Amino acid sequence: MASLKDLRIRITSVQSTKKITSAMKMVAASKLRRAQEAAEQARPYAQRMEGMLGNLAAGSVGQDGAPRLLAGTGKDDSHLVIVMTANRGLCGGFNTNIIRSARALIRDLQAQGKSFKIYTVGRKSRDNMKRDFADHMVGHFDEFGRTVSSFSEAEHVAQAVTSMFDAGDFDVCTLVYANFISAITQEVTRQQVIPFPVPEVADGEDAGAGGGYEYEPSDTEILTDLLPRNLAIQIFRALLENGASEQGARMSAMDSATRNAGEMIDKLKTTYNRTRQAQITTELIEIISGAEAL
Amino acid sequence: MADTIQLDLVSPAKRLMSGSVGMVVVPGIEGYFGVLPSHMPLLSTLRPGVVSVHDGVNDAPAKQFFVDGGFAEVNPEGCTLLVDEAIAVDELTADDIAKRRTAAEERAQSAATDEDRAAAEKALVIVDEMARAMSEAAP
Repeated sequence: MASLKDLRIRITSVQSTKKITSAMKMVAASKLRRAQEAAEQARPYAQRMEGMLGNLAAGSVGQDGAPRLLAGTGKDDSHLVIVMTANRGLCGGFNTNIIRSARALIRDLQAQGKSFKIYTVGRKSRDNMKRDFADHMVGHFDEFGRTVSSFSEAEHVAQAVTSMFDAGDFDVCTLVYANFISAITQEVTRQQVIPFPVPEVADGEDAGAGGGYEYEPSDTEILTDLLPRNLAIQIFRALLENGASEQGARMSAMDSATRNAGEMIDKLKTTYNRTRQAQITTELIEIISGAEAL
Repeated sequence: MADTIQLDLVSPAKRLMSGSVGMVVVPGIEGYFGVLPSHMPLLSTLRPGVVSVHDGVNDAPAKQFFVDGGFAEVNPEGCTLLVDEAIAVDELTADDIAKRRTAAEERAQSAATDEDRAAAEKALVIVDEMARAMSEAAP
């Protein structure tokens, strides 16, 4: 049985933990608001970009001389997996879920006998991937904003990826990140970015989608401009979605930690009071029986 | 025939404008072009310049944005401008432009590769256009 002093010490320590977790929850909540706003503001651009590219690509896919970012290298032997996580922990299952999904993807690739490379974004991703796949790591980036990422950070990653692609280091590139749905729900997403996944167009619509447009300067020139841009945009969106998801996950993790600490304090207090009362009773009995003996 | 067209002006960071307008004049790579309702479908790259939003064809521009490049898509649903960065023309300041100019010039000086130099030159063109946009806007 713990002594009263031990119990008191434990109660104070749990109380200060509770203070910390509830402060972290509050910080995460205010960061979440900003991050969520940024992620939502970025969505229209990324979606329209995809739409525009889809229209354009539907017309020129299969043509000779289509840019390689669109057509691919013609094989899919070698994959680049971009694993995006947060820089910091204490955000529930956020990092773990992303890493689990990335590992599953890598295992699939291994089972199919494909070679793979890993580019990590975020410190947690690097630390985890280094354990098993240190030989496959080709790059790392973690200097993104604490709350909201800027576009130049995404461009930095996109440039690294493009130069690897141009050097023929891989054929297919996939992003693994968490899509922000709400503060309590984040969905781990795998998105193929190279080659650009051309939306399936029904035969009847084909002419309407690709053929009706007038191009200035020309469709191939726009395409060569648009494709690298789209890569940066998709990475940017993933960064922002990830940022919002991280704060959301941290907020709910800290919320339940605060609640748990509260419950624990209640339990400890009950034990503390019971012990105290038992002690008083014992003391009284001792005094009374001492007095009776006289 | 509808007499307004849906315009969406978005940059990677945010949606700058979304609404129905009478006409929009866009700095296309091969020259400025106006987009009116029922314009034929068009895809164009943009060069640095000013996007003017008009309520009616003959009205003075209701709003002007400086954009530093991007893409325009016109389809029956409306006109979408995807730009890298857009600043409302009346928010351009001489200080800001001067700062950007020094940054761009420094970059041009220190450029080591052809790519760097091209990027720096592009930045300078943007600054020039920005200055012009500001001087034209200020009477």
